[in-house]
Formats: sequence, C-alpha cells, structure tokens
Amino acid sequence: MTLKEIVDKLGATVGLGADKLDREEEYCFASDLMSDVLTLKDTPVLVTGLCNVQTIRTCDMANLEVVIFVRGKRPTEDMVELADENDMILICTPYSMFKTCGILYGAGMKPLY
Amino acid sequence: MHQEYTVIEGDFVNAGKASSSVKKTLKQLNVNPQVVKRVVVALYEAEVNAIAHAYGGKVIVDIDADKIHMVVADKGPGIPDIALAMQEGYSTARPEVRDMGFGAGMGLPNMQKNVDKMNVTSEVGVGTTVEMEVNFN
Ligand SMILES: Nc1ncnc2c1ncn2[C@@H]1O[C@H](COP(=O)(O)OP(=O)(O)OP(=O)(O)O)[C@@H](O)[C@H]1O
Ligand SMILES: [Mg+2]
Repeated sequence: MTLKEIVDKLGATVGLGADKLDREEEYCFASDLMSDVLTLKDTPVLVTGLCNVQTIRTCDMANLEVVIFVRGKRPTEDMVELADENDMILICTPYSMFKTCGILYGAGMKPLY
Repeated sequence: MHQEYTVIEGDFVNAGKASSSVKKTLKQLNVNPQVVKRVVVALYEAEVNAIAHAYGGKVIVDIDADKIHMVVADKGPGIPDIALAMQEGYSTARPEVRDMGFGAGMGLPNMQKNVDKMNVTSEVGVGTTVEMEVNFN
C-alpha cells in the first residue's frame, strides 16, 4: 500500500516527507515501548502514541523511516529536525491506536509476528 | 579509532547522541548495515540505562578494522542482582522513564542478543559498567 493511501484512510496529515508518499509499505508494527521497537529485525511502519524525541532516536537506531502518530499527537520542531536528518516520514492521525491498527490491518497491511 | 561521550542523568533529549554518532562513523567505514544496527541498538539501550537508572556516565568506543569495543560506565546506584536485571520484563524504571517509552525490562536482554561479547559489572552505591563487543565479520 502506498503512504498516500494510508494517509487518506487515516484522515491523516503529513508532518514530514509529504514529497515521499508514493512509497510502498507492506508491514506495520504498533507499540509505545521503545525497547520493544528496538528488538525488531525488520523495518516496518511504526504506529505509536509515544510522541517525543526518543521516538525519533529509536527509529534512527532501528532504521525505521515511517512513523504514524495516533490520537492527534504532533511532533515538535526538534523531532521534525532530527527526523529530517534521517530522511524520515512522519504521519499524524486523529484516530486512536485501536482504530488506526484496525483500519490498516483491514486494508491489508501485514503484521510482523 | 577512539571516541568518548558523556551522558547526563535524566537528559533524555540527548539520549542516543553517542549511538547516533557511532552509527555515522560505522556507515562511513562501510560496515555491514545489519551489524551496524546490532551495534547501535545495544549501545543505545546501554546509554538510556545510564541516563534512566543512574546518575549519568561515560561512553567509550574503540573501533578496529574487525570489531567495535564499547564501554558504558556510570556513577549510580548499581545493580544489586545482575542475573535478575538480565531477565526479560524485570524493570525498576521510574514513571518519568516510562513516559519516555522505556521501562519494559527488555534493554539488557536485547543488548545481550545483539552483541558477540557482553560483561556487566556493578557495585551497589558506586555504579555500573557494561562492556560490549561486536565483530564486523
Ligand atoms: N546502569 C544501571 N544502573 C542501575 N540499574 C540499572 C542499570 N541498568 C539497568 N539497571 C536495572 O536493571 C533493570 C533492567 O534493565 P533493562 O535495560 O533490561 O530494562 P529497563 O531499562 O527497565 O527497561 P527497557 O530497557 O526495556 O526500556 C532496570 O530497570 C534497573 O533496575
Ligand atoms: Mg533499559
């Protein structure tokens, strides 16, 4: 699925990387626990309610490039700056974690486990 | 190549700076990306622990042609029972640490999984030293 489709389905806005929405993604992982994210060997789209600098740092270490923030959380300027250095794409949806995951799963995004 | 970084207690904004810089260096040295990920994930977890559970400390990194040696040494309360701390799910993280997305009790076991050699030494009331090594090939 393209990021453009994901953004549309989630009624989302793009906080960074609006020029890269043609990108195709297949897998999703949802967590608010950064140590959990750091155990991943693959590089799925991350769905998270944790919106702070550590979210971006964690993605840097784990080579994750696409993050969906749920529940209307918006990245701060510091976060956007750091994410930009790592060529990341930040997406913000007003939907809850549960609704976001339900929509993405229903639309064919695959789980890692 | 020898690098040193200082980490400060509670300074979550800068947590990961050392790991991020090591990542850039290893990329420039054309180390296999999978190996780079193992190195920086382990180092980042150790860095966060020194910031979250101790009173800050030092990260010392030595990079050779075939391996990286990392030491994260902190001044802090120490770990009374290292075997217990190494168990998945064991955590004494404070609420502030949990708010930052940490405190699942997965850091130490994940470090162990990612590195080729790991040694944790700790003295209660003094501090903790985590030594890790990853081979490039
Ligand atoms: N540098 C340290 N100084 C003092 N105690 C530590 C240190 N590192 C780890 N510990 C103790 O060991 C426990 C387990 O550490 P571990 O990194 O596995 O989990 P965590 O930091 O609590 O959570 P996570 O790493 O999943 O975010 C900690 O909660 C803490 O009690
Ligand atoms: Mg930890």
